[in-house]
Amino acid sequence: MEDHNSERSQHLTMIDGAMALIFVLLTVQVWLLSATLDTFLAGHREAALPGAIVSGLLFLGCAVLYRFITRAERRSG
Amino acid sequence: MKTDPVERKPLWREEFSIFKADEKYVSRRQLTKFLTLTSLGMFAGNIWILAKSWMYKEPSYPVKAVAKVAEIPVGGVKLFQYPGPEDQCILVRTAEDAYVAYSQKCTHLSCAVFYSKENNRIECPCHEGYFSIKDGSVLQGPPTRPLPRVVLERRGPELIAIRMQQEPEG
Ligand code: FES
Repeated sequence: MEDHNSERSQHLTMIDGAMALIFVLLTVQVWLLSATLDTFLAGHREAALPGAIVSGLLFLGCAVLYRFITRAERRSG
Repeated sequence: MKTDPVERKPLWREEFSIFKADEKYVSRRQLTKFLTLTSLGMFAGNIWILAKSWMYKEPSYPVKAVAKVAEIPVGGVKLFQYPGPEDQCILVRTAEDAYVAYSQKCTHLSCAVFYSKENNRIECPCHEGYFSIKDGSVLQGPPTRPLPRVVLERRGPELIAIRMQQEPEG
């Protein structure tokens, strides 16, 4: 039981770290979406492609972090 | 026929754990999953903007007489619709021989703007957004984009609208 709990708290630290990073990425992504929409509505269409690429990269970052958590969990059984 | 106890653990025991650390862990993992899905949603939003910008076609504007020169005094205003019947615009005669026209829809939250003769600027009554009468650029307030301008041409006694211009020139 002790072992189980210490393993879980280790996981908790890991998931907290990943969650904090995801929060940061998400904040940047929200800002990016609103900025791209604003420039698009202002008639500047050239910002749409870089916006989509960076947003895709940010999503990829989130997905990798989530995968890291689930993998670590699976590895430890 | 012995199976691994980890595999046999039912889902409900994982989701409704009796261990405190387990419980915290599962709820945070679910939150992480939710945040990742939110990130996917944001990405989809950016893709939507990209698709819209690719599908965008430069609109063709009608050439339309919007006012007679004689009907507006200096400092006077006339409202008209351009390019469509739903698109309200405002025309101001700023000097004897100078006319400007803008879309009447505020670029903040679409309230109808009006011309303030005392301050010689276009004002929005909703959140005190002010626009320059010269080029429609933002002078103050929450709007971040200038008012779209109606490009006018004088043909004899008439003022003709030719097209819309989103950004001030220069
Ligand atoms: S709607 Fe015009 S300033 Fe807000």
